[in-house]
Amino acid sequence: MANILLFLSILALIAGWWLSRQGLASKPWLEQGTTVTLPEASTTPPSKVGLGVFLAVAGSLFALFISAYAMRMQLPDWRTLPVPGILWLNTVMLLLSSLALHGARNAARRGEMPALRIGLLAAGISALAFLSGQLLAWRQLTAEGYLLASNPANAFFYVLTGVHGLHLLGGLVALGRTIAKAWRETATEPLRLSVELCATYWHFLFLVWLVFLSVLTGWAGELIDICRQVLT
Amino acid sequence: MVDVPLGPAGAVAPADVEDVELYHPHSWVTKYVFSQDAKVIAIQYSFVALSVGLIALVLSWLMRLQLGFPGVFSFIDANAYYQFITMHGMMMVVYVLTALFLGGFGNYLIPLMVGARDMVFPYVNMLSFWIYLLAVLVLVASFFAPGGPTGAGWTLYPPQAILSGTPGGQEWGIILMLASLMIFIIGFTMGGLNYVVTVLQARARGMTLMRMPLTVWGIFTASFMALLAFPALFVGAVMMLFDRLFGTSFFMPAIVEMGQPLERNGGSPLLFQHLFWFFGHPEVYIVALPAFGIVSDLISTHARRNIFGYRMMVWALLAIGALSFVVWAHHMYVSGMNPYFGFFFATTTLIIAIPTAIKVYNWILTLWRGNIHLTVPMLFALAFIVTFVNGGLTGLFLGNVVVDVPLSDTMFVVAHFHMVMGVAPILVIFGAIYHWYPKVTGRMLNDTLGKLHFWVTFLGAYLIFFPMHYLGLMGIPRRYHDIADMSFVTPSVHTLNAFITIVALVVGATQLVFVFNLFWSLRHGTPSGGNPWRATTLEWQTPETPPPHGNWGKELPVVYRWAYDYSVPGADQDFLPQNQPGLTRTAPGSVHG
Repeated sequence: MANILLFLSILALIAGWWLSRQGLASKPWLEQGTTVTLPEASTTPPSKVGLGVFLAVAGSLFALFISAYAMRMQLPDWRTLPVPGILWLNTVMLLLSSLALHGARNAARRGEMPALRIGLLAAGISALAFLSGQLLAWRQLTAEGYLLASNPANAFFYVLTGVHGLHLLGGLVALGRTIAKAWRETATEPLRLSVELCATYWHFLFLVWLVFLSVLTGWAGELIDICRQVLT
Repeated sequence: MVDVPLGPAGAVAPADVEDVELYHPHSWVTKYVFSQDAKVIAIQYSFVALSVGLIALVLSWLMRLQLGFPGVFSFIDANAYYQFITMHGMMMVVYVLTALFLGGFGNYLIPLMVGARDMVFPYVNMLSFWIYLLAVLVLVASFFAPGGPTGAGWTLYPPQAILSGTPGGQEWGIILMLASLMIFIIGFTMGGLNYVVTVLQARARGMTLMRMPLTVWGIFTASFMALLAFPALFVGAVMMLFDRLFGTSFFMPAIVEMGQPLERNGGSPLLFQHLFWFFGHPEVYIVALPAFGIVSDLISTHARRNIFGYRMMVWALLAIGALSFVVWAHHMYVSGMNPYFGFFFATTTLIIAIPTAIKVYNWILTLWRGNIHLTVPMLFALAFIVTFVNGGLTGLFLGNVVVDVPLSDTMFVVAHFHMVMGVAPILVIFGAIYHWYPKVTGRMLNDTLGKLHFWVTFLGAYLIFFPMHYLGLMGIPRRYHDIADMSFVTPSVHTLNAFITIVALVVGATQLVFVFNLFWSLRHGTPSGGNPWRATTLEWQTPETPPPHGNWGKELPVVYRWAYDYSVPGADQDFLPQNQPGLTRTAPGSVHG
């Protein structure tokens, strides 16, 4: 459970930092009738804050899966499975997708509609390529006899990649709607927020994928060992 | 930062406040069924949650009938008994308490209390309710599925939860239960995002965090905790569903079922317990924190006294919220854990008692020399304090490993958590309904029926659960369908069990008085006016009661003061609404304790 506690500590630090700027030490009962300093009305759109909170929730979900992975892999029946080579290609695809959305975001800020459309489309296609690559990896593993139920390492591989893929699929729905909107609109301004939200989500999912990959390939094993020693 | 003069001369012009574009319903269906108005969603949530509560109440009756009069009711066999236990527990904890506090009170009160027109994502909010309803339907469907609902106990511990010896283990029960929980969590996440972001982003001008009523603080903190804790249950549910459906061994050790070795091995049931309680313990506070917040407001309003130590109350809420994530393993003392591990969790558990004690202390000092009105909401609030202290004290016993180990499998535990997590929050829910019903409907609930409901419920709950502690100390095990005539079971145990059952039947039946009151007062209650309790918080200052779509008419309210200006010296009336400008208090130090 060290992973989830680490994740929550980071969240707690962020929350603590934010709360420390909210005047938690003020004495509201003495304030009325005098000049009170109010924080400037927030200019961040609610959907950005909403996405931020959602990323905390999704992050907590992923951290818990990794916690479960770390606990389960200590048991003697664990047989690490070979990571299919196609995962490296998939990683590149997801990176491209993330970069394309980053480009789209910059294009939206500069007001360049053609670049924005190309960026969005490229991101969508490379994300679909990533998902197909993941399915191929599944088929490859199944063909080689690494079935879901034959070892917990296999089961975790399918579950982790599956959960990550489902989140990306959900993102693709939002991206699809943004792409449709990009072809309806002529100005980039109405699209800017949607594109920024998609880009943030994509970067997050890319980061999560890197973490998952390091866990599945065993690179994170050493780190997990350290975490375990800290806990015990 | 901007300086806003808040005196009478320099009131903030409402035009400065940025208003929001509202969704406007056009038909009856979008107004009352697929509504995006948080107030309608709140009533939908509350209605469904209270209905589930009634089902769970009947289930508890059936359990009590078996315990009080074993063997008399032949249809309650061991399997049925475990199914009743499981469904009663899960329904009450997740589908009633969580849904009612966050989905019900959260939806109704957050926008009104922070001065917003609605939640920030109304469409997602609507989805949240319908997904919750789907989760409830899936759960209730398991009563009609082959094999009936799961009888794994509300903690659903593997391996027994998915084996054939447990009702529903190899049939539909456990699958529907896990599916329903996953659906619930998805729906809750949608709602929870709304509650949190609305508090963060949609507060009225002048509503700093430290001017928010404690109700909003409680619901806000609890929503945030729930958002982070429910994923643990989700992960556990996904993995157990895989174990059950696809034969994986996340939680399943090598095991022999009905004489046949299963094809699983190596799994860790303990892993599930960690995941479950990583959700399960914060869940206690997800229910308790909104109750703390609501009770603070009820006490302050009905004692006409500002809340004592507001800052401490806020800090304590946050401290409890944070600490509740590092105590989960105190539910697992008997799982054979490393003693140092147990020591660590016993320590964190006892530390939580400090912020909790601060809250109780502050409630009592709020009441001290207050002008206490023994209205029905106040009665329930006072009963909550007593009950929570009672339940909390037995928590100190069970939080210590050496005491917990012998008591863990006895009725003492049942008595403890029903006091602290069952009765206490339910008392707050009742108090809150009596308190806010006039705002929701424009009419008061009947006072005589309310007092009858209160006294029977309050005294009855003590008659049920106090003797249960004694049964626990006698060594009477929980989870047993029939304790029969073991040598340590004295005749008094049987008499006591029968007594508890009879009281439970009476208390349960009295809840029908409450349900009747809810419907009867809808048409026949005394018209309440906009602010019957003369309260300060914003929801009582709406131009119309019940508040229409958009809450505030043309102009959003502006907040000039904190939520607890009661009995201010020099003021015309004994309360100053949060949106009332002007009037400086002459000697603040003399009023505030």
